[in-house]
Amino acid sequence: MEHEITLVVNGDARRVRVPGRRLLSDCLRHDLGLTGTHVGCEHGVCGCCTVLLDGLPVRSCLTFAVTVDGHEITTVEGLAGPDGLSPVQRAFAECHGLQCGFCTPGFLCTVTALLRDNPAPTDEEVREGISGNLCRCTGYQNITKAVHRAAELLAEET
Amino acid sequence: MKPPSFEYHAPRDLGEALETLAGAHGKVLAGGQSLIPLLNMRLVAPEHLVDINRIESLATVETTPEGVTVGALARHSTVEHSGAHPLLGQALRLVAHPVIRNRGTVVGSLVHADPAAELPAVLAVLDGSVRLARDDATAGAPAVRDVSAAEFFTGPMESAVKPGELAVSAHFPALPERSGTAFREVARRHGDYALAGVCAVVTLDDDQRIGSARVSCIGVGPVPIVVDVTPECDGRPAATADWAAVVRAVRQGTEPDDDIHATAAYRRHLVGVLAGQALREAAREAAAD
Repeated sequence: MEHEITLVVNGDARRVRVPGRRLLSDCLRHDLGLTGTHVGCEHGVCGCCTVLLDGLPVRSCLTFAVTVDGHEITTVEGLAGPDGLSPVQRAFAECHGLQCGFCTPGFLCTVTALLRDNPAPTDEEVREGISGNLCRCTGYQNITKAVHRAAELLAEET
Repeated sequence: MKPPSFEYHAPRDLGEALETLAGAHGKVLAGGQSLIPLLNMRLVAPEHLVDINRIESLATVETTPEGVTVGALARHSTVEHSGAHPLLGQALRLVAHPVIRNRGTVVGSLVHADPAAELPAVLAVLDGSVRLARDDATAGAPAVRDVSAAEFFTGPMESAVKPGELAVSAHFPALPERSGTAFREVARRHGDYALAGVCAVVTLDDDQRIGSARVSCIGVGPVPIVVDVTPECDGRPAATADWAAVVRAVRQGTEPDDDIHATAAYRRHLVGVLAGQALREAAREAAAD
């Protein structure tokens, strides 16, 4: 049986018909064509599929699309503003916080929410904040640098 | 890695949820942070899934002098940041990762009843309880029963919840004055399930002597193992207590198994070390209370 749901994705209301078992990650990628959300492990370990649900980072592979009917989703495609990359995205580029880029959408969503809640995190708070996201390329050093740099950029903006 | 098909139900209130559960044998979906991995890996294949995420009345955290009552839809992160109970706060920081805690629920972790999970140990050491409700068509109101932690956890991943029942809330009793708590665990990676872990509650008497001391141990038995070490503390202050005897009592009380991550002997060693650390930390905190 299929369910007719409406998701507000990156500010646009999108109606879609999905079976109950459709994961939010698959709904975003296959039904809505938003392939920026990456699917790594599909059981909640790697964090690649992290999106913002009503502003809070969640695993889209551990959420059914039908459960979040009517809610707001922000994917990596929704992070950039009209003037280009967001401060978090710019910081990742500047600090080489990515190599292959597969984990990056999850990191960007996680870090965007982290810095909104805690605009000046300590090193320990950054590590705790990104502890649920795996990166196999960078060794994390440049990612933690990027988070601190993003905090600086955000502070300059306001 | 896709979930098997199921019939999806999205009740709008508790009554509708209980009616659905009475007629449809299946699983309850709250945060889904344990259930959806099991579905994705096809380790479970329920015929029906009853999604309680629309029942806002279950998303409650109520604090009274007797303790804190957490509704079935209260997320880990909400309870963690509510400051409702010191030991719950200490335990929740060890549950998976912040992003998982945005979605996972406290009551869901209890019902999932993983023997290495933190929250069942907290409920057990505090002697808390879980409220279960079922549809009762003749009475016109749900039939409710409270199950104590000692009876709630019945085996690895097994709880006292019967088909047709919904765990609607959990009650964590408040601590008496001059109490301290601590949670220590060792996991292979931060956020993983623990190889072994211990939460401790110590209460001092008016003369700063140990009046009661209890630990609840995870990863070393089929359910959280509670050991009351008050007799071994022998009414002495923390500074002169025979901690070696206390650690021996904790080790004797546990029954760890071997698995690919650690041997039973290592787990038994670990649980003793962690119990010693957790109890002393709890006693320090109690002295400062």
